[in-house]
Amino acid sequence: MNNPHGHRTYFRSFLLHFRPRNVPERTLRLSLTWGLGGTALVLVFLLIATGLMLKFVYEPFPDRAYESVLYLNSNVPFGQLIRNIHWLSANGLVLVVFLHLLRVFYTGAFTRPRQLNWIIGLAAFAAVVLSNYTGYLLPWDQVSYWAITISTSMLDYLPGVGTNLKEWVLGGSEPGPGTLVNFYAIHTAILPALLLIALPFHFWRIRKAKGLVIPRSMDEDPDTQGELVDTMPHLIVREVAMAVLVLAVILVVAMLFNAPLTDQANPGLSPNPTKAPWYFVGIQELLMHFHPVFAVLVIPLTLFIGLLSIPYLKYDTDSSGVWFVSQKGRGLALLAVAVAIAGTVAGVLLDEQVFVNGVIGSPDMVSTGLLPFAIILGFCTGFYFLLKKGFKASNNEAVQALFTLLTTAFVVLTVIGIWFRGTGMQLMWAG
Amino acid sequence: MEKESYSRRSFLNKLWVALGVVAFAEVVAVAISFFKPQKAEPAADELDAIVIAGAVDSFEPGTVSAFVQGKFYLARLDDGGFLAMSRNCTHLSCSVPWISKENKFICPCHSSEFDIKGEVINPPAPRALDLYPVAIENNILSVDTSKPRRRSVFEPNQVVYVKKT
Ligand code: HEM
Ligand code: FES
Repeated sequence: MNNPHGHRTYFRSFLLHFRPRNVPERTLRLSLTWGLGGTALVLVFLLIATGLMLKFVYEPFPDRAYESVLYLNSNVPFGQLIRNIHWLSANGLVLVVFLHLLRVFYTGAFTRPRQLNWIIGLAAFAAVVLSNYTGYLLPWDQVSYWAITISTSMLDYLPGVGTNLKEWVLGGSEPGPGTLVNFYAIHTAILPALLLIALPFHFWRIRKAKGLVIPRSMDEDPDTQGELVDTMPHLIVREVAMAVLVLAVILVVAMLFNAPLTDQANPGLSPNPTKAPWYFVGIQELLMHFHPVFAVLVIPLTLFIGLLSIPYLKYDTDSSGVWFVSQKGRGLALLAVAVAIAGTVAGVLLDEQVFVNGVIGSPDMVSTGLLPFAIILGFCTGFYFLLKKGFKASNNEAVQALFTLLTTAFVVLTVIGIWFRGTGMQLMWAG
Repeated sequence: MEKESYSRRSFLNKLWVALGVVAFAEVVAVAISFFKPQKAEPAADELDAIVIAGAVDSFEPGTVSAFVQGKFYLARLDDGGFLAMSRNCTHLSCSVPWISKENKFICPCHSSEFDIKGEVINPPAPRALDLYPVAIENNILSVDTSKPRRRSVFEPNQVVYVKKT
């Protein structure tokens, strides 16, 4: 023990154990990461900590679940606060991970050597969304009961296996004790375990890639490195500051607002309107226009496969580290935003006003599934050719614009579903 | 000699792999069977499933009565015939209320509408409301709610009448 610093050294070497000794100064900039990945990690920790506490009070049986949540809220010291933090972190995580995905995409941080990490990230994203979905059922209140009823009924439309799959997920023919036990096990064991396996893998891949993508301006050479600085204190201090900020914001908001809890589940009374949780409202809006097989299977699956393929497409230039590829890329992405907003709003209105009695009159796979799907596919293909031929866009710019088009369309659908649908799910203006 | 021991070794290797695959498949099968919906005691289920709805005369023609316990509606058509229908929307299973003022079922979730016979009059619902078998004995109606029967449209032979004596 000839070390003059004693325990401080141990602490340092522990923190640095899975970090590099130094990091490129440029990757510390807030304008690269916006602290989003780190925020997501803090929220995951908060979720696990509060989730473990909730497990001591919550009872996963239809006749006990709702009461146990009421008991938590009113009789357990800080029970309501813990539930609020869990609820806030869960919903916040979906948003933060989505924004993190956008930042990774728009800084081109998904090409070699980061290809695999994009895939691992998507797996983590899927686990986060499924965690929210399974957690939504647990309070056994009106919104959870009907959200699960509607979403699992969609499985009925899958040809062949649908009904069996539905009964498998529900552990019976309608939501009941079997459902709650299944969802509880998935929510509190399987998904957290998957996340805890995926995340260390995620961080190890960052190290393998020698750190984050190095941000550079559009005219700088891809091999630009910049100077290196010590991880401790430069990176660690920033990380801790961000974590403390996130904790403070969550704590304050959790003290000001209570997590929602509606009436106890009543299988005889569907609330009007019955809306999905906000992160599924985009898909619910699709359901208003498409045959269920397309709304919940074909379209989301196509988009997910599209996301998976992003790192493996062929690109003309190396634009990693450059926000929005190039000046032109920026312009085309903005164009895509405008086209998506106009196109989605027009499509929704047209379908509601003009076709509703004509085409949807027969809810079959062709007129409300294949046909509109083909039209949208044709529209996207047309847009792609316009970019390539009309604007002479590079592959990087065209893929970015197409991604922007679809992402914006999804966001617009979500906005319509949340703010522009009222009683009986009718379209209405504002509120 | 050399060759033979090699092929023996590779055979053994394959055997190990095959055994591993079988063992893995068994574990997966057990895990899946864990998920299978547990079957409740069938005897108790069937007894509970028969709901005595009441005397024929207690239902006016052209009305719909809700049975909360059996989770079904009993409709008496204008011609005196009976239909017992599931309250679950055929679109995505929301619970459909009977709106007597408008003389139809209107789903609160995505606004499907059904007439008194359960026939779709407004999509997105793809099928008429599911049916439960109705029996009439000594002018008493009973409904078997153990399993809903799917139908695509209303057909006259689905209606149950009191036998003329
Ligand atoms: C629970 C979910 C997630 C957590 C906790 C997480 C955490 C992190 C953290 C802490 C970083 C370091 C830098 C930063 O903050 O940007 C990072 C980087 C990265 N993440 Fe995630 N992430 C998650 C989901 C995702 C998703 C959904 C994707 C994309 C599909 C993704 C792809 C990446 C990539 C490619 C990097 C490296 C970026 C670079 O080199 O600049 N991650 N992640
Ligand atoms: S569930 Fe009844 S219309 Fe969708």
